[in-house]
Amino acid sequence: MISCSDAVQQLWDFLEREVSAEDAARIEEHLNVCRRCCGELEFAEELRRFLASHARPEMPDDVEGRLTAFLHGIESA
Amino acid sequence: MGDEAEDLVQNCLLKAFRAYGGVRDERALKAWFTTILVNCARDRYRRQGRQPVTTPLHEVEEFSLYRQIAEEDPFPYSDSLHLDFLCQFGPEDVWAVLRGLPPTYRLPLVLVHMEDLATKQVARMLQVPLGTLLARLHRGRKLFERSLWDYAVRNGLLKDAAALEATKEALT
Repeated sequence: MISCSDAVQQLWDFLEREVSAEDAARIEEHLNVCRRCCGELEFAEELRRFLASHARPEMPDDVEGRLTAFLHGIESA
Repeated sequence: MGDEAEDLVQNCLLKAFRAYGGVRDERALKAWFTTILVNCARDRYRRQGRQPVTTPLHEVEEFSLYRQIAEEDPFPYSDSLHLDFLCQFGPEDVWAVLRGLPPTYRLPLVLVHMEDLATKQVARMLQVPLGTLLARLHRGRKLFERSLWDYAVRNGLLKDAAALEATKEALT
């Protein structure tokens, strides 16, 4: 069975389905018996959601205004 | 948004406007526009002679934020320690952490995990093999975890939250 270190190293790729079927099976085998790595997996999922929830910070109004004016300028040129 | 970023977006809008007639698949507009933006940024960095940062990664490679939080136990009264840790970060904090990462690692993180683009698509955008992209993503996530912890410690996020928790506990 793979070690915790090997399992943890591949957890995100496992979540992203970027590991081979063989590697996924090894990770699952490890997760079935390792409580700590299950915690690591849950936290990796939390972190993924955390990152996704902070996408696209709002553009400041003044910047949006300038970029819109720039676009209108291109269109009318 | 800094002047440099705004300038980049304007440059990108101009290029996109000129090339828009050649777009065949409107469903791919987001990826198409992002590719132009990434190329504009890369050209600018090249002109400025900025080199990709090669960060010594041996320190972060072994780092686990999950383990760090569990061992340091910053919120002793919490039942959801790891979630509470993440809740200390406002949007500005998250972006401050991301801006602190080298662009080589920040770009894949933002494009894949925040803009929800496929890894193959991002590899094409950044003109790197898929394996390189995946390695950068892995290192980027490790750096991000380490930087989240360092930022929280440096900015007193853990201390303030722990004090608030202790006060609440004492009052109940």
